[in-house]
Amino acid sequence: MPVERAIITHAHGDHARSGHGHVLATPETIGLMKLRYGEDSAMHWQELPYGQSVDVNGVTVSLHPAGHILGSAQVLLESKDRRIVVSGDYKRFSDGTCPAFTPLKCDIFVTEATFGLPVFQHPDPHGEIRKLLTSMKNFPEQSHMVAVYALGKAQRVISLIRQEGYNDPIYLHGAMVNMCDFYQRNGVDLGELRKATGLPKGALKGCLVLAPPSTLKEPWSRRMTDPVLGMASGWMTVKQRARQYGIELPLVISDHADWNELCQTIRETEAGEIWVTHGREDALVHWCETQGLKAAPLHLQGREDEEEA
Amino acid sequence: MKHFAAFLEAILLTPSRNQKIAHMVRYFRDAPDPDRGYALAVLTGNLSIANVKAALLKDIVLQKVDPVLFGMSYDYVGDLAETIGLIWPDHDRKDLPTLSGLILELEAADKNRLPGIIAGHLSSATPTERWAIIKLATGNLRVGVSERLAKTALAEFGGKTLDEIEKIWHGLECPYTDLFQWLEGRGPAPEIHHHRTFHPLMLSHPVDEQKDFGNLNPSEFQAEWKWDGIRVQLVLGEGEKAMFSRTGDNIGHTFPDLMESLSGSAVLDGELLVGPDFTPLSFNALQQRLNRKTVTRKMQNEYPPFVRLYDILFDGAEDVRGLPLVERRARLESWIARNPQTKLDLSQIIPYESWEQLRGIRLQGAEEQGHEGVMLKHKDSPYVPGRPKGLWFKWKRDPRLIDAILMYAQRGHGKRSSFYSDYTFGVWKGNEIVPVGKAYFGFTDEELLQIDKWVRHHTISRFGPVREVSKELVFEVAFDSANASSRHRSGVALRFPRIHRIRWDKPAQEADRLETLNSFIE
Ligand SMILES: [Zn+2]
Ligand SMILES: [Zn+2]
Repeated sequence: MPVERAIITHAHGDHARSGHGHVLATPETIGLMKLRYGEDSAMHWQELPYGQSVDVNGVTVSLHPAGHILGSAQVLLESKDRRIVVSGDYKRFSDGTCPAFTPLKCDIFVTEATFGLPVFQHPDPHGEIRKLLTSMKNFPEQSHMVAVYALGKAQRVISLIRQEGYNDPIYLHGAMVNMCDFYQRNGVDLGELRKATGLPKGALKGCLVLAPPSTLKEPWSRRMTDPVLGMASGWMTVKQRARQYGIELPLVISDHADWNELCQTIRETEAGEIWVTHGREDALVHWCETQGLKAAPLHLQGREDEEEA
Repeated sequence: MKHFAAFLEAILLTPSRNQKIAHMVRYFRDAPDPDRGYALAVLTGNLSIANVKAALLKDIVLQKVDPVLFGMSYDYVGDLAETIGLIWPDHDRKDLPTLSGLILELEAADKNRLPGIIAGHLSSATPTERWAIIKLATGNLRVGVSERLAKTALAEFGGKTLDEIEKIWHGLECPYTDLFQWLEGRGPAPEIHHHRTFHPLMLSHPVDEQKDFGNLNPSEFQAEWKWDGIRVQLVLGEGEKAMFSRTGDNIGHTFPDLMESLSGSAVLDGELLVGPDFTPLSFNALQQRLNRKTVTRKMQNEYPPFVRLYDILFDGAEDVRGLPLVERRARLESWIARNPQTKLDLSQIIPYESWEQLRGIRLQGAEEQGHEGVMLKHKDSPYVPGRPKGLWFKWKRDPRLIDAILMYAQRGHGKRSSFYSDYTFGVWKGNEIVPVGKAYFGFTDEELLQIDKWVRHHTISRFGPVREVSKELVFEVAFDSANASSRHRSGVALRFPRIHRIRWDKPAQEADRLETLNSFIE
């Protein structure tokens, strides 16, 4: 729903929309929004780098790294007697494609809860990437096609793959080329990337292809001979779910905090009041109450689809 | 354990049969002895360790995890074992045992100590390892690999034929070290003692009257009645006696009266029936004696068992499976003359000249004696395990019967609302099973209880009131007619399907194929 003034935490579709009057966000987020929605998708853009602050109607607003995707920010709102932090989406695992989450002390903490159930305990992502590379070594005759969300997850997965020493070109579905270019322009080295479309049949044998989840079953993927299908997502934690999606190679790589990180972060903010949104509000609110914290669910518009996780 | 857990996950999630085989071949190549042998036993369901109930592990979790959070998590995940594996709250950095180490530890442990031992290992494991350990420990090892598929992978791994593997399979023992040595060309073929071993049965194809009879020469075939009992294999000799069902389960202990009477040395193929003086009673009567732990005197008198012999596989210690059927028949007749028996007789050979004449005999037999149909066996056929093409045929009385596999079960309505009484069943199409229909009746109340229990123990996922079950239980489904249908994924719709009989004894891989069903389309 377009509004007069918006503070945008990050450029994912469930957090950033076109049509607002005035947008306040990090320069990277504004860059990504312009890329996705066009230069004139807001009337007025106001860039606010991490750590700097502006005064909006007597409230001091500042943005701080959320560790979720490039440009992602927590919003700190300060008045004389109160500090409120809105986390946006965040994670605590280190990520070579964006600055790490900084815990902020506050009175009221508005937290996301995408993976707000204790069954979500995300493993070391490097181990998951090694699983992918092992499968590629074991089945060199096949393509490996990994479903990743186009913004954030794709670039993080590529960066992780490079960190594990894989230097061959990585092939991209057309929908994610723009985003990867933007990351590279912003100083995130992703190595050699190529477009996966328009190649002769069989050209992708032994190659790694990244594509948005919704395109896995599209005709272009049939040009690959017998691809091994993977998906990098926190949802891959549950094997039954991987099976339902027809995913053979689930990679549990999430851009959101897992259960333990949600609990740890809530403690670190030292906030006495927690508002929970964007996921399993019920479970996290229950946990806060068992910790003696005041907590309430905050039902926001536009729950995100599961691809971005 | 890490290697095995990754392997198990890959096998579970890979939909393609060839890719499953590729994963198995790679694992057999890379994993050391005896781990790979134990993995093979795990995949083929030949490992029996004392199981731990998932509920016991849940009790341990609930000492550490808030029950409300556990409940929400279980609701979300839908599977108790997986929920426990994912939510496990303790993590240390101790080393995990190897797969074989873990299995040996569980085998040796006192049953009361099992939950504690498993809990200790779960704390040292990654989520996928925890999942694999819980699957092992709770005995829930269904990952979509049939014994046959595992054997196919073994054959591919060792450059052998499936037949070579089948012939020795039932004489092998976990951890299969001799098997792997042979497959790797580092040792001789494993030596099998046939007197302790089940030898896979030779099976038949349904005859296609239009297509087959034009090509088959009646004088080359031997006809016998198809008896409506249970196909068994008797293994006698060296002081041992066993009776195996067609799946290789030893069912001799259920029929002590029969087993006591047997003597001599041979491996024999026949039909288990009950009735006085070699006059068979109905299949229902036979069922009274199946799956019983104890057999009363009264039962023994009312339903005396006997075996009607079809074939001989070993005459004494001599393997005669390679001989043509007519020679084996002569061997069988001579064996029984040398070893007189009180509870064995011979399956009669039906004399006939032409297919038309046999058709008449068959219809008369169906009408007057209630025969199921006739068997046609090529006189030159060797005894080949499995279902070789063109050698043995069955010509059934009622063509509108198929063996289908239970896929989904749904709660019924009214007084059946607490039972899983609506069944979706399927048949083979290539290597997958496609649903072909639903049935709600045809079974007794007692059978409903049995199926309901089976469904609850074999659920692999749940969608609301529907449970998907592991594809293991075969129903003989009767129907009035089959029609082509574009609305069904299988392309065929059945009219008035009902459960004709529950084939507890029949392995799913022997269920009918879609082609068979298509041949009924009018
Ligand atoms: Zn996001
Ligand atoms: Zn989001």
